[in-house]
Amino acid sequence: MSTAVDSVDSIDSALQGRSILDSKAPPGPLADKWDNHKFSVKLVNPANKRRFKILVVGTGLAGASAAASLAELGYKVEAFTFHDSPRRAHSIAAQGGINAAKNYRNDGDSVWRLFYDTIKGGDYRSREANVYRLAQVSLDIIDQCAAQGVPFAREYGGLLANRSFGGAQVSRTFYARGQTGQQLLLGAYQALAAQIAAGGVTLHNRADVLDIVTKDGEACGIVARDLLTGEVRAHSGHAVVLATGGYGNVYYLSTNAMNCNVTAAWRAHRRGAAFANPCYSQIHPTCIPAGDEFQSKLTLMSESLRNDGRIWVPRSMDETRPAADIDDAGRYYFLEEKYPAFGNLVPRDVASRNAKTVVDQGLGVGPLRNGVYLDFADVIARDGEQVVREKYGNLFDMYERITGEDPYKSPMRIYPAIHYTMGGLWVDYNLMTNVAGLYALGECNFSDHGANRLGASALMQGLADGYFVLPYTIGDYLAPRLGSDPVPTDDPVFVEAVSEAADRTRSWLSVRGTQSVDYYHRELGKLVWEYCGMARSRTGLEKALSEIPALREEFRANVKVLGSADGTNQALEQVNRVDDFMELAELKARDALHREESCGGHFREEHQTPEGEALRDDENFAYVAAWQWQGPQQPQALIKEQLSFDNVELTQRSYK
Amino acid sequence: MKTVASPTPAAAAAPAAAERVPPLRSRRRELPWPLSIYQTAVGKKYVMAATGIGLLGFVVTHMIGNLHLYEGPAQLNEYAEALRDLGGHLVPRTLILWLMRVGLLAMFVLHIHSAWSLKEISRRSSPRAGLISGSKRYAGGQDYASADFAGRTMRWTGPIIGLYVLFHLADLTWGWWLGDDYVRGDVYNNVVESLSSIPVALVYIVANAALSLHIYHGIWSAFQTLGVNNPRFNHLRRGLAAVVAATILAGNLSFPIMVQAGVVA
Amino acid sequence: MSASVGARMNLKLRVWRQSGPDQPGGFMDVDAPDIPEDCSFLEMLDIVNERLVAEDVEPITFAHDCREGICGTCGVMINGRPHGPEAATATCQLHMRKFRDGDKIVIEPFRAASFPVVKDLMVDRRAFDRIIESGGYVSAPTGTAPDANETPIPKDVADFAMDAAACIGCGACVAACPNSAAQLFTAAKLGHLNVLPQGQPERLRRSEAMVETMESYFGSCTNHGECSAACPKEISLDFIAVMNRDYLKAKIKNRRLASQT
Repeated sequence: MSTAVDSVDSIDSALQGRSILDSKAPPGPLADKWDNHKFSVKLVNPANKRRFKILVVGTGLAGASAAASLAELGYKVEAFTFHDSPRRAHSIAAQGGINAAKNYRNDGDSVWRLFYDTIKGGDYRSREANVYRLAQVSLDIIDQCAAQGVPFAREYGGLLANRSFGGAQVSRTFYARGQTGQQLLLGAYQALAAQIAAGGVTLHNRADVLDIVTKDGEACGIVARDLLTGEVRAHSGHAVVLATGGYGNVYYLSTNAMNCNVTAAWRAHRRGAAFANPCYSQIHPTCIPAGDEFQSKLTLMSESLRNDGRIWVPRSMDETRPAADIDDAGRYYFLEEKYPAFGNLVPRDVASRNAKTVVDQGLGVGPLRNGVYLDFADVIARDGEQVVREKYGNLFDMYERITGEDPYKSPMRIYPAIHYTMGGLWVDYNLMTNVAGLYALGECNFSDHGANRLGASALMQGLADGYFVLPYTIGDYLAPRLGSDPVPTDDPVFVEAVSEAADRTRSWLSVRGTQSVDYYHRELGKLVWEYCGMARSRTGLEKALSEIPALREEFRANVKVLGSADGTNQALEQVNRVDDFMELAELKARDALHREESCGGHFREEHQTPEGEALRDDENFAYVAAWQWQGPQQPQALIKEQLSFDNVELTQRSYK
Repeated sequence: MKTVASPTPAAAAAPAAAERVPPLRSRRRELPWPLSIYQTAVGKKYVMAATGIGLLGFVVTHMIGNLHLYEGPAQLNEYAEALRDLGGHLVPRTLILWLMRVGLLAMFVLHIHSAWSLKEISRRSSPRAGLISGSKRYAGGQDYASADFAGRTMRWTGPIIGLYVLFHLADLTWGWWLGDDYVRGDVYNNVVESLSSIPVALVYIVANAALSLHIYHGIWSAFQTLGVNNPRFNHLRRGLAAVVAATILAGNLSFPIMVQAGVVA
Repeated sequence: MSASVGARMNLKLRVWRQSGPDQPGGFMDVDAPDIPEDCSFLEMLDIVNERLVAEDVEPITFAHDCREGICGTCGVMINGRPHGPEAATATCQLHMRKFRDGDKIVIEPFRAASFPVVKDLMVDRRAFDRIIESGGYVSAPTGTAPDANETPIPKDVADFAMDAAACIGCGACVAACPNSAAQLFTAAKLGHLNVLPQGQPERLRRSEAMVETMESYFGSCTNHGECSAACPKEISLDFIAVMNRDYLKAKIKNRRLASQT
């Protein structure tokens, strides 16, 4: 891992000679695949389910819904979260909504259309069978959540309200004010709480999972550190489910919560699970730009703002007038000029890249010159302030609270930020990684969004995996294992893993370097953002591949962690995570370098149309790039899962 | 963390973790209904609110009845006699008055007992809480945003009112210190004799101020506690509490003031 | 753009330090010079921590996660107010421009007997989870749900439920309460489920169970309203009244008899 890959040859050699991963996508017509599969999977007798113990790591939408549903079925579940309460997982921060192909608006939506939009939105880099299943179960999710008491927005008649979201042509998004993620998570958390009370789930809160344990190629447990006492312990089960979210914090600044991390997934990767498409990361165009060096996270504002706001920068780098005083001649409405048809409503990635272009040209605005204006002056003049206040009042308030500027008087400043990561652990149709008995759910896996995710689809996928997919598919793995006990925690594999994790954690205290953990996290973030962010190039990525390992070596030799390993120590929690981000960052850059095309959240400057549009290469890159760990000193090997599209035709998008 | 010593290393897994923050109090054996209601804190609050309303009824009636003072001795004494004679010839004389007294006493005891137990619950739920107020204290101080003076002093005005009631009974019902000036049955004379002493008048003024503060928070609080809640009139609750408290204050304060001013003699 | 962007301030902090749950704690005075006024309160603590680390002092432990005011992880007493002086704002959304150059800021953990201090400013709020586990859910096992539109819910009811459901479970209500009562949290949770049609079958059982679990951990309400004033989501006291009413019904109605009407 630590050897930088600086030539194409070494990558090519890694590409060769790998077996193809089996997606286990069932045969038959697309619409029947899931039903057929549900019939063909092995079942565990209801009375026998309690003889299986399943470890669920993470209690966000995917983890909490899976843990609750599995316990309802009768399995013994142990759930793990590093939070103090399951309800604090970062799913809670999702604002916009959740898609479902209910067609309640009678506007022509259907399972097929949601499937098609998702495949197309993912730029044809996802698996047809999975995406179709996702669209199918989207119907059940809304029913389930409404039954739990999720207070979805309603029409006066009492029926569910919908809105159109993220440029979709139909209104299929269900929402609960601007707090849909919170409400859905509370629903899943409450279902989990019911099962905790009923004894089906044992919750381990403040338990930070540091390793995944395998024996004879099968996942048999995990190693977790108690964040209150510092005790490192093994937990054993028949199967391990990871629902640990995405890796957006590799960028340091992102809309992710501060404690989001890749550690559990990365440790699974080091234990043999293939990591797929790490280069795919989604940028959200309307975030509040960083204010200073110590900015710790970026805040997202709903994309709906682009419906009425006009995006511009001053034409001249030397502009000194306040924004409101700049006349039209001095303003560069770059999206409206370049894309007259769509204007400010071009897709997320196009809007983001163009913002980066003008900021890189030195036209950025704000104290750090790192944003572009999103101006509501015209709509306020046209419709009046009251109308604007009704539509966007809460967003304007939030902006003012954070920046201290009044967006009714001066334009907002926005800049893109990392928001979601489509890549993740490779899983088959059953959501099982290539390590037997190890499952990955939600943002943690790579499965449904391809190279880019549609708005309001993240919540849908997390809940689909947890409520309606895993509970069916896990039986297929467990049924033949009836009668076998979990590997005891005094087995050498556990003893070794526990001491390894404890030693690794403790070792940071003896480095006694000069810089804080946050310092290195920030430095890493700058590198990844610069070279593997919105737009990537061969030279940039090669630079990243030489600089990231160097930074990692410096980090390991010079980081300063104070305090002890016995008891609460936040820096010590963070240092393991940053260490794993360092390794992930390198793989991400390597994946981005190898993918010689532009698609979805991956834009290579070498591969664009004359108009600056992403240029896919379906001939050579219509596959999932799954990377297999080869040992600490080796670059990962690439395994391809070839994608076949039997039901949709691959098209190139255009927003001109 | 108050870690509970785990019985065996094997059992140290989940149960010990769940007990990291054990409940402060465990539920006692449930008494038969309706006593079971009084076993819980919210149940005690109902009792406090209900008895508070009963006591408020007494205070209002008492104040209105006392207004006979301004009509002169005959009318006031007639009113007092009427109280003893409640029920007319149907019941033995003073029976109803005694029933009312017993009822009042019961309400008083319940009001005080529930208040004391709730205060104790709060005190045990808060670090560094005061013994009388039961209120939590922050080492760096707390800056109240909404709690008003009346609310924060409930656990002080309560005992003041309790002591005052004893004083009042000793003063005018039992005539402990009026000596020869106390004429049993001559309410008018006793009131004027008592209130013409400046220290006694001051006691009455201070105690009635405390009573009104207590009533002000009590009324608003009773609405909340009993769940009498309707967006149509919620905004009126504070105002109603203020009007009732002010009326009682004005009525009750008028007696010592008017006696001192010589209007009533 | 406001002219003050980029202004810096010098602050004096008094921060509660406590090395562990059973350790004695006390205030540490620390200067925080040159703090950008555009940073958030937690970012100010980040800066202070970075400087402490440079001086080999263990950084201040404080709970935080999403930093956008929704996860409910953060929360400290700032000058005697939970989440600080700004109304309807969680600690992570409080920005330093709300303070003045030269201010003294006292920072203390949320206090309640059932919120034991974990370390420094971090407390353990799992008692809240116990309240939810005792009944804060609708029993709707996965797969049993009818079509979502089969149960119409008037918009006003859905809005009322949403007002309650906005609770982020931060514990500011308990911290603000002189009695360390958890009435507002419990009432918000009950208010959310008890008004919805889906929540009706378990309404009385839920009210009874959650209130009594709450009482085993927390103090008793005196209707001061401090909780609502401190709440970053401005949950209304009205929910407490509704909870009291539901609890009374639960204690008085015989559920077998109620089922026959």
